[in-house]
Amino acid sequence: MRVRLSKASVRNDLVHKIEEISGQDLLACYQCGKCSAGCPAAFAMDMLPSQVIRYAQLGLVEKVLASDTPWFCAACQTCYARCPKGVDLARIMEAIREIVLQEKGDHITINDIPPVELAEFPQQLFIGGFRKYTA
Amino acid sequence: MKVPYFPGCTLNTTAKGFDNAVRASAAALGVELVELPEWNCCGATFPLLADNAMDLLGPADVLYKASLEGERLATACTTCYNVMRRANYALKEDGEILEKVNYFLEHDSDYEGSVEVLDVVQILRDDVGWEGVRQAVTKPLNELRVAAYYGCMVVRPPDEVAYDDPDNPTTLDDLIEALGGQPVDWPHKTECCGAYLAVKSPQATQEMSYAVLSSATRNGAELVVANCPLCQFNLDKQQQTMAQRHAGYRPIPVLYYAQLLGLALGLDGSNYDLDKTIIAARPLLERVGLL
Amino acid sequence: MSGKLTPSEDNNPISKVLIIGAGIAGMQAALDIANAGYPVLLVDKLPSIGGHMAQLSETFPTLDCAQCIMTPRTVDVGHHEKIELLTYSEVESIAGEIGDFRAIVRRNPAYVNWDVCTGCGVCTEKCPKRVISTQFEVGMGRRKAIYTLSPQAVPNKPVIDRQNCLWFQMGRCRVCEKFCPTGAINFEQQAYTVEERVGAVIVATGYDLYPLVNMGEYGGGEVPDVIDGLAFERLLSSSGPTAGKVRRPSDGKEPKEVVFVQCAGSRDPELHMPYCSKICCMYTAKHAMLYKHRVHDGQAYVFYIDIRSAGKRYEEFVQRAMEEDDTLYLRGKVSKIFRDGDKTIVWGTDTLTGQNVEIAADLVVLATAMVPRPEGKLIAQMLDLPIDEQDWTLPLDDNIHPVETLRAGIFLAGAASGPKDIPETVAQASGAAGKILSLFARWEGERMTQELAETSLQPDRLAHA
Repeated sequence: MRVRLSKASVRNDLVHKIEEISGQDLLACYQCGKCSAGCPAAFAMDMLPSQVIRYAQLGLVEKVLASDTPWFCAACQTCYARCPKGVDLARIMEAIREIVLQEKGDHITINDIPPVELAEFPQQLFIGGFRKYTA
Repeated sequence: MKVPYFPGCTLNTTAKGFDNAVRASAAALGVELVELPEWNCCGATFPLLADNAMDLLGPADVLYKASLEGERLATACTTCYNVMRRANYALKEDGEILEKVNYFLEHDSDYEGSVEVLDVVQILRDDVGWEGVRQAVTKPLNELRVAAYYGCMVVRPPDEVAYDDPDNPTTLDDLIEALGGQPVDWPHKTECCGAYLAVKSPQATQEMSYAVLSSATRNGAELVVANCPLCQFNLDKQQQTMAQRHAGYRPIPVLYYAQLLGLALGLDGSNYDLDKTIIAARPLLERVGLL
Repeated sequence: MSGKLTPSEDNNPISKVLIIGAGIAGMQAALDIANAGYPVLLVDKLPSIGGHMAQLSETFPTLDCAQCIMTPRTVDVGHHEKIELLTYSEVESIAGEIGDFRAIVRRNPAYVNWDVCTGCGVCTEKCPKRVISTQFEVGMGRRKAIYTLSPQAVPNKPVIDRQNCLWFQMGRCRVCEKFCPTGAINFEQQAYTVEERVGAVIVATGYDLYPLVNMGEYGGGEVPDVIDGLAFERLLSSSGPTAGKVRRPSDGKEPKEVVFVQCAGSRDPELHMPYCSKICCMYTAKHAMLYKHRVHDGQAYVFYIDIRSAGKRYEEFVQRAMEEDDTLYLRGKVSKIFRDGDKTIVWGTDTLTGQNVEIAADLVVLATAMVPRPEGKLIAQMLDLPIDEQDWTLPLDDNIHPVETLRAGIFLAGAASGPKDIPETVAQASGAAGKILSLFARWEGERMTQELAETSLQPDRLAHA
């Protein structure tokens, strides 16, 4: 199946939304892949971090919203620290998470975590984790 | 000298041992960490959305309160360090957000960005000096091979938070050397442990922590020291089940640098929570003569 | 360029050229001008000429031996009666305008009297002090404290490295002096300056490579088996420190897994150099091919973002590296390189399959960015020539005046104005020479017209000739 690209499809509203929420210019990325190469969580992702940007560049945002990649991002900033174009991919991931959370609700709930584990968590894991994964 | 201090929520509760160790060792080295009279949680993650004035309220409030106490604010939890440094940077970069935040906080005065946020380790390096630390050591580490794990928070993004080389930091290595230990040269000093992924996917966190720990042991480390309660938790906790997925995995204890520092200074470590770790550190500490 | 006459003291523009830099650009321009019968003053900071091309093993796209195509040039330059060669020298100042520039050149002390030295090489043989050659061998080999840059050096006269000479540092040795058959060693030698007047100047100061220390994620220059392209050229070179055998620096073993990383420091506006360094795709393909020719059971990997092979027969050359020499081209930038045991680990990605990859390499060659030499900036400042944000000297414009500058009589040739390969460099050198010869021809014509007018032989008719 060929994906039909057009002016309306490649720079659609969702693309603009991602750019606005993240404050990043998606087209500044020239797909070198350095972010992916250094990402410590990429092994768990269904698509590489750089592919998330690529699909968004093509306007295929639905694919990105359905990907599990933004949820495995640990915001470690390795991508941003090494990007030759200064694209802050961590912010793009956060923007995508935010869009999905607003649309679909929480990614995790407190009931997902066994109480015995919850009791062991350092405070910041609880706070940080729930800030990232809930609406 | 006195420096205003922000413990953060985790050092106040689950990682109280770290907090005790930091305060006691700093005091023994002439640095009195004076806790802010009032403070709230920094937020535990730096908010990455644009136009995020709301998310900056927490850290901004802390910074404002710190500004009443002086020009510096020390913290030992590197996540708090990262969040507050980045918040400071964001507020100073964007006049509009600073104005909104100040307006909402409704304090008697505005926060202008006057506070410098510091990691306690920086204060040890720059104000006490490694020679000063070396001279105060009464129980040297006896060449114990220690892998200093810096994690992400003190090195990235470099222009906002780094007080050392972001690709190969050596501050904690220098500290270990000053304590009479042998810092290990290893390539995973700043590789992410998994951070808050632990809440979503313990498996992914385990793999990330495994990459860090196996690199430390492969390069000869007997002990790993961390500077962040979440890193210490992940690296310690994940070892509980690591042998199930990585046959033949040999555990290695993970402590806070401050616990090691306190013991080396001859202080009483009984409130450092030394026995609270999943991988026991006591046998190693006794072998080396620190306990 | 108007070539307007600037009256000098003798009321004559001087038909002599000062060429700053004796790499391939400087040498080509020097020969073009000298062969037309005009005098050239050719100055170089190093003890001998040839620049970076002298360090290369073979050149793309022909795989010609660099020494073989360059040596005829260096020998011609060394012998040419119209070329005055001042090596181990630096330009200290240049005043004046087109037709009459006054240059002060400092001759640095070699501590060897070159007029008396025969180039026999006994001094170098006997010298007890060995040091790593950071300049010519790029850290891959050693030289003595008294040395010539290479076996085919022109001039083939040694210099003493004061910093590493036992006499200068510790007051002992002087073995070179004892063995020199002509008494050429002179520890008392001082620097001195010469003043020269020329009518035109060519700036051919060339390039350097971006230092590894600036790339912390690639080891910051501390990992022994991570080297740059020029260092690899020395390993490939049959007259190099390993006699052309590819050996890894850490332990001398022959590497079986070699990773080449393109764009190391180039195309990186955020952290390093924003521009593309033009030559790296080509020389990396060359390196991969030459490596396979030497190590038949080796595997070469090239990490790239794009392949820029925009010259004549360049694309075919790169495809040969892929097809004939089994080089695996991986589209993706490397994020981290570090030591693990006796291997060097490379973390990269292949964006085409969407797969992160890791290679346990024996040797890693970084195609680092080309940067202008610091001497280029000094000369530009001396000559009031504009430079850009990365310190490249700017030509008059980027479109149709590549070798002229905004100052009449001052020209650029080669990498001083930006990354370029050898064919383009040689073309620019001849272009600059051509412009200067055109000036000289016009000046000669004007001189003749003037002379004839003064001899009062039908002055009116000839003045309008």
